[in-house]
Amino acid sequence: MSDDLRDLYQEVIFDHNRNPRNFGKPEGFNRRAEGFNPLCGDRLTVYMQVDEEGVIQDVHFDGKGCAISTASASLMTETLRGKTVAEAEALFKGFHDLIMDESGAGAPDLGKLRVLEGVKAYPSRVKCATLAWHTVHAALDEQDEPVTTE
Amino acid sequence: MMSAKDTTAQAVSAAGEPALDAERLRADFPALHQQVRGKPLVYLDNAATAHKPQAVIDAVNRCYSRDYSNVHRGVHYLSEKATEEYEQAREKVRAFLNARESREIVFLRGTTEAVNLVAQSWGRQHLKSGDEVLITEMEHHANIVPWQLLSEQTGAVLRVAPITDEGELIVEEFEKRLGPRTKLVGITHVSNALGTINPVKQIAALAHAQGARVLVDGAQSVPHMGVDVQDLDCDFYAFSGHKAYGPTGIGALYAKADVLESMPPYQGGGEMIRQVTFKKTTFAAIPQKFEAGTPHIVGAIALGIALDYLQGIGMDAIARYDRELLDYAHRALGDIPKLRVVGTARDKASILSLVFDDIHPHDLGTIVDSEGVAIRTGHHCCMPLMERYCLPATARASLAFYNTRADVDALVAALQKAREMFGP
Repeated sequence: MSDDLRDLYQEVIFDHNRNPRNFGKPEGFNRRAEGFNPLCGDRLTVYMQVDEEGVIQDVHFDGKGCAISTASASLMTETLRGKTVAEAEALFKGFHDLIMDESGAGAPDLGKLRVLEGVKAYPSRVKCATLAWHTVHAALDEQDEPVTTE
Repeated sequence: MMSAKDTTAQAVSAAGEPALDAERLRADFPALHQQVRGKPLVYLDNAATAHKPQAVIDAVNRCYSRDYSNVHRGVHYLSEKATEEYEQAREKVRAFLNARESREIVFLRGTTEAVNLVAQSWGRQHLKSGDEVLITEMEHHANIVPWQLLSEQTGAVLRVAPITDEGELIVEEFEKRLGPRTKLVGITHVSNALGTINPVKQIAALAHAQGARVLVDGAQSVPHMGVDVQDLDCDFYAFSGHKAYGPTGIGALYAKADVLESMPPYQGGGEMIRQVTFKKTTFAAIPQKFEAGTPHIVGAIALGIALDYLQGIGMDAIARYDRELLDYAHRALGDIPKLRVVGTARDKASILSLVFDDIHPHDLGTIVDSEGVAIRTGHHCCMPLMERYCLPATARASLAFYNTRADVDALVAALQKAREMFGP
């Protein structure tokens, strides 16, 4: 197996793909958005509970996608809980820069999101890894229209 | 009656002699001989676009290096030479499709532009509110969206004939939707996502009995089999050059001469006129009436060379080899646990839509690509068809006459690897 492929499909990715965390529609949420990647037909919905101080109390998702998009969404839900909206946006930018190989100064600590770094060797898969994040961005913006990666 | 010679040829074929020498033909395609991701390229994305034989590449080079000028304009030597070659290319397309006359061949950018031309020229002239266009569930977006645009403009209704789970058109259901209101039937000759070969001759006869015209999308059939538009008796036949081993940006529309003559122009401009005054313009005769502006001269000439190349191999031999390789692929893929082939029509071209229920096609595409095997993953511009099968996408391997059993074996090995990575 090539090193690039091994870097992309790490065991953590398979684990989150097989058993996605925070999967399914929760009882309560006050932000919701749908994401769609027309290229591969992936669809997911993000449900969030954001409190009055702008702290993300809970994030769930459901939908259907490839291993990269499912694992990325699962890891994202774990990372965002307890973060402020501003921190979430900064993480999105830092994550985006990581997988576009454009890491700049002042990047936030991405923690376990770094397992997706292998995506940078596969430009055609960047949209898979960022679909959930684009959808969270839309949910926080309270956009009504489903977001697409196109 | 079968002669003794024919019997011998069949016996040889039955003994395992391939219909053509793919190994020898591969040598004509320079792009096939390269490494990708450190592995020898195995190119199985031919339904998206095919690679080009050296003869086509040389033709493009030779045209631009020497025999190049604008067509139908100058009296100078180069213009006459380019015009002659361009019109020879039209004659080659005519011969390839067995049209009656070369003026029935319009050079366009490809299949998509050809369908749009028919929809906007013929369609707007003939369709009114309540009229119907009938297509099938397996159409490419290029044979859906132009009719939706036309429906919005005219008030016509788009109707869809369903297919079986195996991917065959249900002819009785098609007939139920065909009636006096049906003005046009749009059908693909070969499905780009399923490989199904449709009975277009039968469909054309049924449609004509109701007074409807028939457009055949030939994008996937022209590279795989011989096409005879007189035998099919279709009114329109569209195809793209780049899938038939020619350049991108060139394709052709065949239309029966009387139909084409009756149609208004699609685009206005130079080349398509007889006389222009500020009060009134009279149009050129067909096919120039539909070729406004400077055409893709070199593309058309190189397409002619690509068709020469195919005729040199023989379309019957290509079709037979296609079937042999497809049967081999179906057998070989059958050994992979949990793999499904979507599209198992009895009459089928060498296009294989593959699905593992627990591996997304995009993951499959990436893993297979790491082994040097190029396949297409996605909805293949057939979103309604994917919905029909409740699939977001498939992984599609599409074969050409330059593919071999070794290429199929490489695909099988790459799919096995994905199977192992995702667990048995």
